[in-house]
Amino acid sequence: MIAEIGNFALILGLVLALVQAIVPWWGLKRNNPLLLQVTRRVAIAQFGFIFFSFLILTYLFVTSDFSVANVFQNSHTTKPLMYKIAGVWSNHEGSMLLWVLILALFGAILARPGSKMPEGLRIRALGIQGLIGFAFILFLVFTSNPFDRIFPTPLDGLGLNPLLQDPGLVFHPPFLYLGYVGLSTAFSLAAAGLLEGKIDRIWAGHVRPWVLSAWCFLTFGIALGSWWAYHELGWGGWWFWDPVENASFMPWLFATALFHSLRVVEKREALKTWTSLLAILAFSFSLIGTFLVRSGILTSVHAFAVDPTRGVFLLVLLTLAIGGALALFGYRAPKLKPLGSFSPISREGGIMINNLVIVSACLTVFLGTFYPLFIDALTGNKISVGAPYFNITFLPIMIPALVILGIAIALPWKRGNLKDVLYGLRYAFISALVIGTIVAWFFWTESLVAIFGVILAAWIAGATLTDLANRIRLEGPVKEVLARAIRLPKAFLGMAIAHFGVAVIVVAITGASFWRVETIGMMDIGDTLQAGDLTIKLDKAFLAREENYEKLQGEFTIWKGSEVVTTLTAQKRFYPVRGIETTEAGIKSTFWGDYYLTLGPRAKDGKLAVHFFRNPLVPWLWFGAILLVIGGGVTLIGGHRPARSGSEDETS
Amino acid sequence: MKRLGFYMPIALFAGIVVYLAIGLTLDPNKLPSMLIDKPVPEFVLPAIEGFDQGLSSSDLKGKVSLVNIWGSWCVACIIEHPLLMELAKNNTITIYGIDWKDPPGAGAAWLLKEGNPYTLIGDDADGRVAIDFGVTGAPETFIADKDGRIRYKYIGPITPEVWNEIILPIVEELQR
Repeated sequence: MIAEIGNFALILGLVLALVQAIVPWWGLKRNNPLLLQVTRRVAIAQFGFIFFSFLILTYLFVTSDFSVANVFQNSHTTKPLMYKIAGVWSNHEGSMLLWVLILALFGAILARPGSKMPEGLRIRALGIQGLIGFAFILFLVFTSNPFDRIFPTPLDGLGLNPLLQDPGLVFHPPFLYLGYVGLSTAFSLAAAGLLEGKIDRIWAGHVRPWVLSAWCFLTFGIALGSWWAYHELGWGGWWFWDPVENASFMPWLFATALFHSLRVVEKREALKTWTSLLAILAFSFSLIGTFLVRSGILTSVHAFAVDPTRGVFLLVLLTLAIGGALALFGYRAPKLKPLGSFSPISREGGIMINNLVIVSACLTVFLGTFYPLFIDALTGNKISVGAPYFNITFLPIMIPALVILGIAIALPWKRGNLKDVLYGLRYAFISALVIGTIVAWFFWTESLVAIFGVILAAWIAGATLTDLANRIRLEGPVKEVLARAIRLPKAFLGMAIAHFGVAVIVVAITGASFWRVETIGMMDIGDTLQAGDLTIKLDKAFLAREENYEKLQGEFTIWKGSEVVTTLTAQKRFYPVRGIETTEAGIKSTFWGDYYLTLGPRAKDGKLAVHFFRNPLVPWLWFGAILLVIGGGVTLIGGHRPARSGSEDETS
Repeated sequence: MKRLGFYMPIALFAGIVVYLAIGLTLDPNKLPSMLIDKPVPEFVLPAIEGFDQGLSSSDLKGKVSLVNIWGSWCVACIIEHPLLMELAKNNTITIYGIDWKDPPGAGAAWLLKEGNPYTLIGDDADGRVAIDFGVTGAPETFIADKDGRIRYKYIGPITPEVWNEIILPIVEELQR
């Protein structure tokens, strides 16, 4: 009975989404404020019903109602409460409900009373948001209904994949969805702006907070996913260029380009067509990513039960949504006129180049992700594109963007003098070279790219700090300097924090890629293994039985010369309910990097396969990602208010 | 002309949609084996716990055989198991098993419960040999000819239809 109520609430949400998709256009045509009022109320009510339906599914999971097929397949009575709740979004149907819930949430926030957004823009955007919502709830109800029942009711569920029983993965999907579903508002507002013919500084000011908040969530979601893969998969790496990872990374790149170019529209009323296209593309890539993950067309291993109707349904949805928006772009964008001149040597010029670089880099990721599919469609050959492709294409393309980043933040809007700016950055440049030399001297490695990576990171950090120092003006009494530092505009502070985060991430990636030390060996108790200047000793190994798994545990000591650096405990777990084996890596994080050890299978003679990594600077990666999120957040809450128009746009 | 440029994005997108649509009709699981018509990779596998003899590539020479990749953890393997048992009982064909990524003892326990259709079984606990075979998942079945060359690879459980329509004709052809 309860499942049916959930289903009913979902269907009511579907009906309301349809109302939200139709009424605004009618209201705008008739110029009827009552109908516009209805649109806003409906958007909020739609969220209410979907939220209710989501709560019911959660309740079904918590109470282990195995008469619901979805609960049976993904839960188990003995599971801890946290994982029962997380079970709601650990599967296709439930995560699609979460997707739709977040879409409705953003619609409701857009419709909230007291919004300063021009009414024409808001109502049109709500209409488009309703259309997307209608299509996806339709998909949910008819091809992936999470409330479907099974009969007879089984006694217990199949359990959640133990790999997914990790705190990182409890929070990873909600944040990821808040990110890429959040980009739907940018899409709707871009389409609404194009329909209205008003892509201007007011428009940009209203779109930017939406993009920035979605970007913060997406950054955090991707970082959590990467952290989970690093800690739980036991492969020693944190990014694998897997199609599913790329599906979230491409919208992230577009969103990054987008909020930079929105700034240009806001400041200079330039790059209007480019920005509106980016806003459409950012969410379009979220949709393509969703399609990629859900249709099973790129699943590399074992897609057992992929329902072909889902793929077709999603492809039709995606074609209508993206095709419709791009057609609108083709029709309306030529009418957008830029104001003012556009000089290449200026802040906006720098942002433009960075935008082009980021988008090209994103296209190489797109090509690599879809290449196997193109080849298969054309020739029938099955190939796969791996990390080497991405590493040699994506990374070099990104380098100019990072070099220019340092210069662009120092350039003024409108028109700058390159010579002055470069002279102002002389200390940043020199200190980057000095740091590069010091690193090369003490930690020499064969690869010059590694040294270049360090210099690049130091350059970005140096340029960011120089800019910060110039803004604060480091002169006069310390008290006054501090007072000036506190009074810095939050938008500026946020930008500086985020750019500093970029520097931290660049040096972390460089360190973890080029200074990694790795050894594999078969070990008996008492054996040692050499990895660079480190010695790994197996002290203890035993088999034991836990509540719902069996484990093989190895305990190790890491020595540097005659000194103990750390001890590590690694496990291999076997879960009989699902027949799945997981690896619990032994990880010790220090400021300068991680000691990372995983166990392989035990051989016949009792020896253990041991895989040891020294992963330098990996903790910096998480720290850098957190800086990005904090930077975005500070800019967002930092009182940067959208430019106000006159009064004619403000009807509420 | 300049206006047409604004329709470029949608034109590109239309092209992508065509590929995605074709992609939907393709099955990513249907991988051809690179090993077809090549000799089986050289391997020597130990016996699983409770058995005396393992399996090596030289065992495959002399007669047409099936090499079946399975594991006690593999749910789909149970589906094809009765058919394999029947083939073994009627001496239709020699079936060799590779016990893939099983913890010690698990494979033998499973065979005790479900019955053993295999003439010889190799223990591929770390999955190294399965990698050489290009195995993507269990169950997977290779048809080897009299010279120990791989002539066909089937991914997924062998149902009676698959046996009668795909595998048996190839086996009969090879046995001639």
